[in-house]
Amino acid sequence: MHVGLMHYLILSALLFCTGLYGVVTRRNAVAILMGIELMLNAANINLVAFNRYVAPTAVGGQIFALVIITLAACEAAVGLALVLAAYRTLETTQVDEINIMKW
Amino acid sequence: MSWVLELLKAIGLTVLLFTFLAVVTAMMGVYAERKIAGWIQARLGPKHVGPQGLLQTVADTVKLLQKEHITPRRADVLMFNAAPVVVAVAALLDWVVIPFGTLGSRVLVVRDINIGVLYFSAMASVTVLGILTAGWSSNNKYALLGGLRSASQLISYELPLALGILWAAMVAGTLSTVGIVEAQIQQGGWFLFTLPPPIGRLGAPFGILAAVTFLVAATAEVNRVPFDLPEAESELVAGYFVEYTGMRFALFQLGEYGEMFGMAALATIMFLGGWAEPHLAPYLWVAVALGAVVVAAVILLTARHSLVIRPVLSLAVLTAAVGLLMSVGGHLPSIVWFLLKLFTLVFFLMWVRWTYPRLRLDQLLNLSWKVLLPLGLLNLLATGLVLTLGGR
Amino acid sequence: MGELGAFIVLALVTLIPAVVVVTSHNIVRAAFSLVPSFLGVTGLYILLQAEFVAGIQVLIYVGAITVLLLFVIMLTEGGTGVRLRQVNEQVPLGAMAAVWLAFVIIVILTRTVWPVGAGSPPPYNATAIGNAFMTDYVLIFEATSLVLLVSLIGAIVTARGEE
Repeated sequence: MHVGLMHYLILSALLFCTGLYGVVTRRNAVAILMGIELMLNAANINLVAFNRYVAPTAVGGQIFALVIITLAACEAAVGLALVLAAYRTLETTQVDEINIMKW
Repeated sequence: MSWVLELLKAIGLTVLLFTFLAVVTAMMGVYAERKIAGWIQARLGPKHVGPQGLLQTVADTVKLLQKEHITPRRADVLMFNAAPVVVAVAALLDWVVIPFGTLGSRVLVVRDINIGVLYFSAMASVTVLGILTAGWSSNNKYALLGGLRSASQLISYELPLALGILWAAMVAGTLSTVGIVEAQIQQGGWFLFTLPPPIGRLGAPFGILAAVTFLVAATAEVNRVPFDLPEAESELVAGYFVEYTGMRFALFQLGEYGEMFGMAALATIMFLGGWAEPHLAPYLWVAVALGAVVVAAVILLTARHSLVIRPVLSLAVLTAAVGLLMSVGGHLPSIVWFLLKLFTLVFFLMWVRWTYPRLRLDQLLNLSWKVLLPLGLLNLLATGLVLTLGGR
Repeated sequence: MGELGAFIVLALVTLIPAVVVVTSHNIVRAAFSLVPSFLGVTGLYILLQAEFVAGIQVLIYVGAITVLLLFVIMLTEGGTGVRLRQVNEQVPLGAMAAVWLAFVIIVILTRTVWPVGAGSPPPYNATAIGNAFMTDYVLIFEATSLVLLVSLIGAIVTARGEE
């Protein structure tokens, strides 16, 4: 049995759902970011796998994967800066305690 | 079942590399470091175990092997045990892409992958994880501080390091380490002094600037003085590995020296032509030999009672011999050239370590972000411009 | 045979630590578990003959993002001893949603006929990617650079706080 496109797609679906579970159940903002990173990785696996199996001579999928990795770095930097700023004023990183907008 | 063979080959090469790392870089590195430190501080260095203290490191290793493994009470045991392995393995993986020389038409390299230098910098960046793991899992405030300092330092200095690597990759037009050396052989000069034709020797300032940027960043990346804040003995009592004992401590040392030699090897490959033999006119080689003899004579006459007289004299004799051999058209094996250049760079790094005081954290970060990074970027830009205008 | 074995090993290396990431009660361990997961994905890229993406993956994800995450955790959480309740009351709901979504995606995937392209990837990957970035995808490249710059400034300004 050969490894085909389907193997990668299913793996990436499982990884994506794992990340999603982390995002909806975690209280800590940093842990939520970790879940998002997992989801982005799942998307990247998809892109590279499509590149390899659907259009092997092109590099479009890899380009998009690289762009997503760059944007993930941006997202992590800005997200963590926000976490730090929130921690400085509210002294917590638990997202369900950051609720002053509700007042 | 070709993949079984591949796997066996990989395991064999790993064992070979690890032996090289443990014996050459860690044992000889520590010995050389202690000797050089001794000479610089007007001491003798290790002297009693074996001839000239050569077996001192072997004795130390045996001693470390016998020691008890102590795990702090509230440490995270799994992570605590994993950290030294991560550091040592990351240093080991660096060496996969380092070519040592040629044997016939074969290049002596574990694997010449087409993203060689990218792979190298990726593996070098994994080290920081091991350090951070060690710092956090020890449950010790000094260790944690050392780990955090190390993280900020390594992230800052990865950028100038990558810019230096990028510079060499751009000039050579390839990311493969073997390709970079071959590009230098083809143009007949090291990237340190020569850019590809038609620029040639006029490109020397660019090469020297790139090499200096890379070396400074590499020194910081391997946590050596003057950038050794993560393990500053006098304020953090050794930093992130303060809680480690016995062989785990030795693994950290192994990782550190393996990484340092790896950086020096990469610098050799990128800027000093790797295994390539230097091409100088015969009279220049004679001049090298004569210069070495003159230096030896001056030292003999003026500083006969100095502690360093023996090592300096033997170095001078070695240089004179190489110069004479080359001037009559002789050849040394390429691997000897590679090791000569490597050890020269390593000596330079050790010399720096025992000469300069430690920087403060803000000075350290300023140097990276305000000096090295703009310099590296400008140099990259200028070199690219010059190469393009020169018709590449 | 070898390829399938490698795929299964890499899939396990990717998924098991990922589960630890989202379930572990120790946040630092969760962050460290990201590393094997990212390395597994790197292995998958190598299996897919995308070496350049694999190298960048290790450099950015393992070497930078994980370190950044750990850095912030250590700045905000304190030492090894602190154990806060890490999950909210949505655990059953979240688990159900995740399982349901995985089920739906897999059903959709298996019922779709995917086109399969012929040919093999260009031998020297990095050159092809570089050329594509500078020709067909130059707008994306520039836009990404701009986003990177903006987020750099934004992160510094946000994290710095008031003077």
